Amino acid sequence: MYVAVKGGERAIDNAHQLLASRRRGDSAVAELGVEQVRQQLPLAVARVMSEGSLYDEELAALAIKQAAGDLMEAIFLLRAYRTTLPRFGASEPLDSTKMQLERRISATFKDLPGGQLLGPTFDYTHRLLDFALLAEGDYPAPESAVIDEPKACPRVLDFLAEEGLMAREMDDGVPVPDITREPLAFPAKRAERLQALARGDEGFLLALGYSTQRGYGRNHPFAGEIRIGDVEVWMTPAELGFAVPLGDIEITECEMVNQFVGESPEQAQFTRGYGLAFGYAERKAMGMALVDRALRAGEYGEEVQGPAQEEEFVLMHCDNVEAAGFVSHLKLPHYVDFQAELELIRKLRRQAPAEENR
Amino acid sequence: MNLSTASGAREASAYNFAYLDEQTKRMIRRGLLKAISIPGYQVPFGGREMPLPYGWGTGGMQLTAAILGADDVLKVIDQGADDTTNAVSIRRFFARTAGVATTERTVEASVIQTRHRIPETPLSAGQIMVYQVPIPEPLRFIEPSEQETRTMHALEDYGVMHVKLYEDIATFGHIATAYAYPVTVDERYVMDPSPIPKFDNPKLDMSPALMLFGAGREKRLYAVPPFTKVISLDFEDHPFAVQQWEECCAFCGSSESFLDELIVDDAGSKRYVCSDTDYCRQRTERLEENLQ
Repeated sequence: MYVAVKGGERAIDNAHQLLASRRRGDSAVAELGVEQVRQQLPLAVARVMSEGSLYDEELAALAIKQAAGDLMEAIFLLRAYRTTLPRFGASEPLDSTKMQLERRISATFKDLPGGQLLGPTFDYTHRLLDFALLAEGDYPAPESAVIDEPKACPRVLDFLAEEGLMAREMDDGVPVPDITREPLAFPAKRAERLQALARGDEGFLLALGYSTQRGYGRNHPFAGEIRIGDVEVWMTPAELGFAVPLGDIEITECEMVNQFVGESPEQAQFTRGYGLAFGYAERKAMGMALVDRALRAGEYGEEVQGPAQEEEFVLMHCDNVEAAGFVSHLKLPHYVDFQAELELIRKLRRQAPAEENR
Repeated sequence: MNLSTASGAREASAYNFAYLDEQTKRMIRRGLLKAISIPGYQVPFGGREMPLPYGWGTGGMQLTAAILGADDVLKVIDQGADDTTNAVSIRRFFARTAGVATTERTVEASVIQTRHRIPETPLSAGQIMVYQVPIPEPLRFIEPSEQETRTMHALEDYGVMHVKLYEDIATFGHIATAYAYPVTVDERYVMDPSPIPKFDNPKLDMSPALMLFGAGREKRLYAVPPFTKVISLDFEDHPFAVQQWEECCAFCGSSESFLDELIVDDAGSKRYVCSDTDYCRQRTERLEENLQ
């Protein structure tokens, strides 16, 4: 008796070995290299970097390999590594107008300065299994013009803002809090909300964004602009006093144009929702932009009608590392609590013999 | 997983003593000082990601990491037992990252991290209990909003809690809370004692040991200093009472400890054993000595 908990130490060791062998699979098949994951599963790498809050393609690829393809587990691995890293400063704000565009679309204007650029996208593909991929072969890229120096490409929403049709976002100059160092307090600032959403689970944000489209807090969104590409990160080290470039990162940015607000018809303005993610992560950025706008209900005096508009609900439940951890802890033993409940329910039943036969 | 010696050495040097960096530990210790100064008050802290999942004791682990010194002797229990898998995992984590001595004996430990139990062996001055807390807010299931509950604590507005307990009595004839039974600390804050069975609640009252509570996912910590009044909520006509068993432990014969129920055959026969494995072992050994 008591075998269930005895020998826990050996059981853990064995479980780890079983996991390692499961991950490796049939050893007659060549082992998957981290560089292969990085090159050939770039969208998985992007998701792990975004929700892991760490831009490092190699480590994200390593995490995916170690997690045997379980992306949430990979995100968790990356987070647990990130948390140990020293934080030596914050970068300058990214200037996404100076992005080396890979993709840029607007659903609000047919043509616009900078043009529409489809880029590599699943959109307009027919979702038919490509059996050619079962065989190995080369997949030559289409002919494309050599891209010279990146040209500045203005943002769609800035055109609207110049005309006064879109509220401008103002930098209040307050230092941006870091939600991975300071606990969230409610009501949260938008900067904190956006951080939480950027780390938030893609599926959760997608579903919440979707719920606003179905009427649980409608906000009439238009995909004003989605742009994907490389952008330079600059930082001003205290000892230098001027900004230096650290390198390029790939990002996805989405700006939604949403329903207008205003004291009077003459002052009516569109509002915006904002989404940003590391790498090529369009679905995440769109979901985030929808939820960001939904969470601005209070700011615009809108009635809260759906969960996507409830700040505490969204921010306390959007983190998949927290959610997965707390759900999975149900697997831990609860003998003591359950025993206490058993004792209570038996006591209640003993006391009510008359009601027992109902 | 299976680390080779070389990568094992690299890993050891890549992390600080007890995993967390010193600045983080200082931040947590400052939070703990505040928590000890305001018994039962939930202090928000910059909870870090730990290499174990949320809900598996990350809050308790962060507190343990922050207070652990090289001379400490650590005991880790889950459901009262030292050999449950998660207790083993956490004990190993600190043995590996801090190299501290570990023990299964309650009396030998200077720091005891626990999930769901307080040891049966009375604690002594100088010992520190670290509790793993899933939901630190005792009012959470009555009021889901954190903004609201913080205001309720500030105003000492605990009427809803008594209403809830009263409704239990009206419905079931009893207060239908068997674990995580709310307490009032130092006549001020209502506190969740973590999901310990209410059987353990009286052990919190005027305990000579320091009690620290850590909730990692919720990023809250709180404390009960030594010799602090901890009263379980009740009514004059429905006084607080702890669980009792008609049976005694099948190993050590104790009729005073919290018993786990075991189903031992297909017919559903039951046996009861102490949930506190160390307590049970000490008693069994003493019984055997007396027999010889």
